[in-house]
Amino acid sequence: MDLEFSAAETEFRRRARAWLAAHVPPRPLPSLETEEGFAAHRAWEGELAADRWSVVSWPEEYGGRGAGIVEWLVFEEEYHAAGAPGRVSQNGISLLAPTLFDFGTPEQRARVLPPMARGEVVWAQAWSEPEAGSDLASLRSTARRVSGGWLLNGQKTWSSRAAFADRAFGLFRSDPDADRPHRGLTYLMFPLDAAGVTVRPIGRIDGKPAFAELFLDDVFVPDEDVIGEPGQGWRIAMATTGAERGLTLRSPGRFLATADRLVRAWHAHADPSDTALRDRVADAVIGARAYQLFAWANASRFEAGEPIGAESSLNKVFWSEYDIGVHETALDLLGVEGELGGAEGAVAGQPWPDGQGQATRPVPLSPTSPTDWTEGYVFALAGPIYAGTNEIQRDIIAERLLGLPKGRR
Amino acid sequence: MRFLLDDEQRAFARSLDGMLTAADTTAAARAWAAGEHAAGFAVRRRLGAAGVFALAAPEAYEGVGPLPVETAVAFVELGRHAAPGPLVETVAAVALLSRLAELGVPEPAKRSLPGLVGGETSATLTLTGSGPYALDADVAAVLLAAGDAEVRLAPGHADVRTSLDPARRLARLLPGGEVVASGDTADTAAGWALDWAALATAAQCLGVGYALLDRTVAYVKGRTQFGVPVGSFQAVKHRLADVLVGLEFARPLVFGAAVSLRDGDRSAARVDLAAAKVASGEAAYGAARAALQLHGALGYTAEYDLSLWLLKARALRGAWGGVGRWRERVVTGG
Repeated sequence: MDLEFSAAETEFRRRARAWLAAHVPPRPLPSLETEEGFAAHRAWEGELAADRWSVVSWPEEYGGRGAGIVEWLVFEEEYHAAGAPGRVSQNGISLLAPTLFDFGTPEQRARVLPPMARGEVVWAQAWSEPEAGSDLASLRSTARRVSGGWLLNGQKTWSSRAAFADRAFGLFRSDPDADRPHRGLTYLMFPLDAAGVTVRPIGRIDGKPAFAELFLDDVFVPDEDVIGEPGQGWRIAMATTGAERGLTLRSPGRFLATADRLVRAWHAHADPSDTALRDRVADAVIGARAYQLFAWANASRFEAGEPIGAESSLNKVFWSEYDIGVHETALDLLGVEGELGGAEGAVAGQPWPDGQGQATRPVPLSPTSPTDWTEGYVFALAGPIYAGTNEIQRDIIAERLLGLPKGRR
Repeated sequence: MRFLLDDEQRAFARSLDGMLTAADTTAAARAWAAGEHAAGFAVRRRLGAAGVFALAAPEAYEGVGPLPVETAVAFVELGRHAAPGPLVETVAAVALLSRLAELGVPEPAKRSLPGLVGGETSATLTLTGSGPYALDADVAAVLLAAGDAEVRLAPGHADVRTSLDPARRLARLLPGGEVVASGDTADTAAGWALDWAALATAAQCLGVGYALLDRTVAYVKGRTQFGVPVGSFQAVKHRLADVLVGLEFARPLVFGAAVSLRDGDRSAARVDLAAAKVASGEAAYGAARAALQLHGALGYTAEYDLSLWLLKARALRGAWGGVGRWRERVVTGG
């Protein structure tokens, strides 16, 4: 049992750190949840890709470096420690790409992955529907067989950044006569600017258009954009959502960097006699370290050939609650400045207008600026809800890891 | 990078589990609480024979160590079986005495280590900053008081007091006795002993937590109300899922701390040990609260074995200084 990196891994870390030091924008980009910020983050993806840092774990032929899981974790540590921008292509990279590697055709991989790696095509997910959230298998949007492809109809919702993204992927009911709800679903990809697609941005809690509704009216999708066999969509999607909850969605590097920032803020701003706050800062440090070591243990298991299954639900519950906790502590530490942070970008009396806001976030004053914490807090609040609610995750943990009987949800 | 127990370490855990099961360790814990120590001593001798107390001592001083990872493996099993007695304390004393020997004070080690390492005798100790009480001082052959630039062999102990956990009894050590080390030597050895005490206790908490979880999962699968197992209710499942999350994220901290301690990075080890102590203490305590609630009134009875772990989880949370002390260490490194 050891925590030592090989010479190759250490060299990989050194190269990643050097590249990031030379390329990470000196000032944070505008919020990812705005049109201007989205464009800036898309450009950043291109810069990463130009030197093969956007998808290090992918094979070289698709723009990656063929990095193993340990190297990926190393890269993520360096990425977040460097304060590099959020990843606008994350849904494509962490959800669609693993699906294509496992279930796609060589033609699909060659066509879809390189532009994804370069940020030229940014992907949104289209899972949830107004009547199908946690009970995803009850979804009603349809894919009807036509010559050469499928016609999509229905409504999807909570599609992250779909207002700005280029294409989307999701599940559609292709066989309404299937004997069980999760049978007869097909996994498809479609352009968000296709004829028949209407995208309506939804303002998230602070008004920024972070997600959208999609209305689909006879949207034609050619056969080449079906992933796997028609009717097998549920099985394929579940393989993907496992990846989303697991390591790939929230790397330990992100939380190590956040905890480090919190400790610096505590040293800079906190009253040392406030031991209650100190204890919470300690818990943030402990949680980040626990998450890092849990990831190393899973990476070691993965490399030893052991399967990682329902354990990804442990991960999802942990990081999503950790993320809220660490931001709550930061905002409590900052006091009223924490409240002001989010308002800096908006002019008083002109709040973010109904999901269409164009106001941009100003440059933070310091690495511990309230602005960053406020934005991070609002983002974190969604964590226990998306990627499978934490209630669903706890059901999975209880049934698959503890062996408790199934019951009514 | 291979942050996994190897086959040998897993086999060690299995063999200890088998031995502690065969020795009916929970019965020994009940007897210990009633003041009957023979069964507990027998468990200790078996642990000595299995090499558990040799893990903290280097080869030059009767040991096979220092092997913190294996020590953590052992103490997870000891927690799982609610093993009674000053076991953490004996390991910490072995660490302290062998460290003193390495620092040029070999006499106390020569005198005491053979008995301690072999499991024939046990030790207990107090460490400055970790509270004034020594565990089970009435059964320990070696009473050490360490800290404040001094290590001394206490001449005896004051009245033994009952603990919240009936299997733990606490006593102050008497002043006086032979001072065996002083100055930096004493402080270094005391700091080393505290590291081992924290590691062993954190691992023991993990084992206590898993025992509580396993027993509660088994219970809610079998207990039927409203015509179905209570374990099929979401309120029950989610509570147990949270217990597993707590334990599964505390475990890598415990083994990460053991690796840091082994690899000799003192400042990293101090922070990692503190993190492990806090997280595993909290996880075990959370397991205890959930276990009691989900067992209902049955869990609240002394007769039912669950009480052995329920109260130990509470007691261990405060052992070696309160949780605030360890959290402070995490943020200040001190």
